[in-house]
Amino acid sequence: MTPWLTPHSPQVQAIATLFTQFLVVAAVVFLSVCGLITYCVVRYRARQSGEEPPQHAGSRGLEVTWTVIPLLIVLVLFVLTLRTMAFVDAPQNPARDPDLVITGHQWWWEARYPGAPVTPAITANEIHIPVGRRLLARIESADVIHDFWAPQLARKIDAIPGRPSYIWLQADAPGTYEGTCSEFCGMQHAGMHFRVIAEPEPAFMAWLEHQAAPPSPPTGLAAEGASLFIERKCGDCHAVSPADTRSLIGPPLTHVAGRKLLSGDRPLTAQNLALWITSPQAIKPGNRMPNQQLSAAEVQALTAYMEALP
Amino acid sequence: MSEAALPLPAAESRSAALDWLSTIDHKQIGILYMLLALFFFLVGGVEAMLMRAQLALPNLKFLAPEAYDQTFTMHGTTMIFLVVTPVLIGFSTYLVPLMIGARDLAFPRLNALGFWLQLAGSVLLYVSFAAGGAPDAGWFSYAPLSEKPYSAHAGLDYWALALLLLGTSTTLAAINFIVTIAALRAPGLTIRRLPLFVWMTLVNSGLIVFAMPALNAALVMLLMDRRLHAHFFDAAQGGAPLLWQHYFWIFGHPEVYILVLPGFGMISEIIPVFSRKPIFGYDFVAASTLAIAFLSYGVWVHHMFAVALGKVFLSVFAASSMLIAVPTGVKIFNWAATMVGGSIRFTTAMLFAIAFLLEFTIGGLSGVAFAIVPIDWQLTDTYFVVAHFHYVLFGGTAFALFAGAYYWFPKMSGRMLNETIGKWNFWMVVIGFNLTFFVQHILGLLGMPRRVYTYPNLPWWGALNAISTFGAVILGMGSLIFLVNLASSLIFGAKAGNDPWDAWTLEWATASPPPPENFENVPGVNSRRPLWDLKAGRTAGAPAARPWAARKPEPLFGMKLFVLSEAVFFFLLIVAYIYFRTTGMAAARSSLHLGESATLTACLVASSFTMWRASASGDLKRARLWIVATMTLGLIFLLGQGAEYWRLFQQKVTISQSLFGTTFFTLTGFHGLHLLVGIAALAVLLALTRLRGHQPIAVKVVGLYWQFIDLVWLVIFSIVYLGAWV
Repeated sequence: MTPWLTPHSPQVQAIATLFTQFLVVAAVVFLSVCGLITYCVVRYRARQSGEEPPQHAGSRGLEVTWTVIPLLIVLVLFVLTLRTMAFVDAPQNPARDPDLVITGHQWWWEARYPGAPVTPAITANEIHIPVGRRLLARIESADVIHDFWAPQLARKIDAIPGRPSYIWLQADAPGTYEGTCSEFCGMQHAGMHFRVIAEPEPAFMAWLEHQAAPPSPPTGLAAEGASLFIERKCGDCHAVSPADTRSLIGPPLTHVAGRKLLSGDRPLTAQNLALWITSPQAIKPGNRMPNQQLSAAEVQALTAYMEALP
Repeated sequence: MSEAALPLPAAESRSAALDWLSTIDHKQIGILYMLLALFFFLVGGVEAMLMRAQLALPNLKFLAPEAYDQTFTMHGTTMIFLVVTPVLIGFSTYLVPLMIGARDLAFPRLNALGFWLQLAGSVLLYVSFAAGGAPDAGWFSYAPLSEKPYSAHAGLDYWALALLLLGTSTTLAAINFIVTIAALRAPGLTIRRLPLFVWMTLVNSGLIVFAMPALNAALVMLLMDRRLHAHFFDAAQGGAPLLWQHYFWIFGHPEVYILVLPGFGMISEIIPVFSRKPIFGYDFVAASTLAIAFLSYGVWVHHMFAVALGKVFLSVFAASSMLIAVPTGVKIFNWAATMVGGSIRFTTAMLFAIAFLLEFTIGGLSGVAFAIVPIDWQLTDTYFVVAHFHYVLFGGTAFALFAGAYYWFPKMSGRMLNETIGKWNFWMVVIGFNLTFFVQHILGLLGMPRRVYTYPNLPWWGALNAISTFGAVILGMGSLIFLVNLASSLIFGAKAGNDPWDAWTLEWATASPPPPENFENVPGVNSRRPLWDLKAGRTAGAPAARPWAARKPEPLFGMKLFVLSEAVFFFLLIVAYIYFRTTGMAAARSSLHLGESATLTACLVASSFTMWRASASGDLKRARLWIVATMTLGLIFLLGQGAEYWRLFQQKVTISQSLFGTTFFTLTGFHGLHLLVGIAALAVLLALTRLRGHQPIAVKVVGLYWQFIDLVWLVIFSIVYLGAWV
């Protein structure tokens, strides 16, 4: 992941600036303490004579000094904090509908686009956004507490069951931005990665329309896979059509082949798909997908079906 | 609890093992605490090494995710509750009576009970490994991850029960310290002459009394959810996951200061002695401790800045969290100023104290980063946090403890720790510690979340983690050197004598190790450096030494503190009831009978009167009659409550049926349990008076508890019953 100190949104830029200011203040304070202590250690090593040093027990002036100066420093930091907060944070009782709704699940991210002209569009782990627009994102949780964190684009925010939260999500340049869950949420907390893909408005709209379009009917091996998908009740946990808007246990596979990554962090190849279907616990142990004990041929058919969902 | 009631048993008649097992001597119990903590320091250290091994390189498969989750949960819980807390209590238990010229703590048996509860809690926590799995939701166990659906095995139940025992133990110790320091100081040892270690133990104990009940309230709510299917933290049923966070951190942030204030106290003793100057700005060091203690109750939300909360709310807690840096800074400057113009002896103890100043300054400054809300929005829950709190708790507290160990080991054992091994100990720990944790700041800035069992191979991540693991190995070896030094110095160490450091507090005025009675006579105190006064013959004007008979333990004061702690517990349960009231009022009206409950309430009010008669009565026979009357009224209340519960069950109003049931049964149930304890205490009192005659003080002590429980009921009755119809 790229450090958040190379920001790609005005909000994160403001935080990075604040951090730099803080770092300067902290460095000055630390170096003063270091200097004072080094001076003491060098200068006041015990004398050979063994005579007692002068027994100074305090100084009111000094006490006032080192109470007031930190107080002033803290005051400045507080004012900077308030200013940055007001700029960075989205209203928590917004007057308008969110542009997108992001829901944390154990252990994947769901993204919906209620504000889009063509709905529904639901995707997982790869969140597309238009460049240069400040989006209002509502963050929810389907189970335990997660934390949505795309460090270069937005502040992090907890996803809490029963209590939606809001952030501004914005990217000022096209690109792919890494994100991860930042609140411990169980066994695959470490594997709960996602990406935000920022595109120019037309490309984003095209993507959105494509997501809302029904997939073309599968043929050949993929058709076998499609009937297997129904037979094995894969659809109880995974949606494959934009019309299926239920919030399910597993990530939606609607247009899955159009994604770059499988489960948010490895290339979406036939090989990785097959591995995941064959042995769901191999890549991310603890995830909710049971092993269906499929034959090699069945895995091949299902993989072909997945690849036929562009 | 008073000495008159139960004479201290004679020590010389038993074997050494039995002597330690049955001891009520504060020095032995202090050492037991410290040994227990040392053992778990090894265990927690092994857990740390396991984690660092798993994280040494990207994508390792040394620990499976579930094993890693259990390891970091146990590491945190162990280091906080089984290492730092007991070792600090151990030091205070050992040193406070010596430093104030007392013979023991105010309540020696309570002290022993505290230790054995600590041991029981520790064992209970670790039994979880054999009972299906250790807790795995992190040391702050955020609901709903800690709820049954997400952590089905019993690990978290063991965790909650163990913490209840440990919290009780810590609270008892704190009450004991407060009463001891209030009542048993040597003549002339005014509050403003207290050694700063004692002062900070006092403030710390106050923190404990008010902070622990918040944890207890959260824990019983979690247990209700997990074992009885209540819905406190269950959002699907209207519960509030955030309630756990608020309660946990209302305890959790004061807890941070609980873990560090006694360390401040040690530093405040050690730096002056080895600089051969009095502490600079005694009043300011003491007052800033009070400021920290007060502020520490008002900063808990900075652990929750990543939760979307109102801006005003955030601003207030940002301000308080930044403010707390000021009194902390005042301390650092005063410690440093103590060295200015001094004559510094670089003993191992002093080296650790100086290193403490630097490491703790780093930890304090990185803490300010989290008070700056927007920075917290990027850095919280990353490795920057891990670095920060290790600089506070290891660079701060553990360094202070190493310093304290080198400083006081001669007093406790009669032998010096080896200074050459000490220097190795020091440098290995300093280098290992900074290697391990400094790079974690950078990892946090690079975006590495905490509590991940593995991480992708991103630029610098592998290298920095490898450095951190390498540092941990050095740190581990440095800590082992300390153990070697302890063991070898116990046998081969040079004899310490009474006062090896030419120090000035009273513990150095007696033999090393001190005799069972500590001092022959309570010395009179004339200044902040009584032993220097004695050595220099500056005793004119000091109060006369006082014989032991003048000692006056104050059990009633102890009970008052206990009642305060319990009041916070009930306050938080009542707040939880009120928090969910909107869903509960209609249910309360439809299922509760105001008249029945009013009758029962009248019983309790009457029992308050009979209890007061019992306390006021000088005549044993009369007092016993009033006690029996009180017990009878209490039992009638409990039976009535049982009947009410039965009727509610018939109407399918249960703890799992609704939020009303959840809060109602928890609140009234815990009140009922307390009442039952009161009745049991009265029964014990009856037996005791039969055996030993009238115990007016004991009756007053139990009476105070009884009145408190009655008062709690009046509040519950007003809110739950009257409130439902208003």
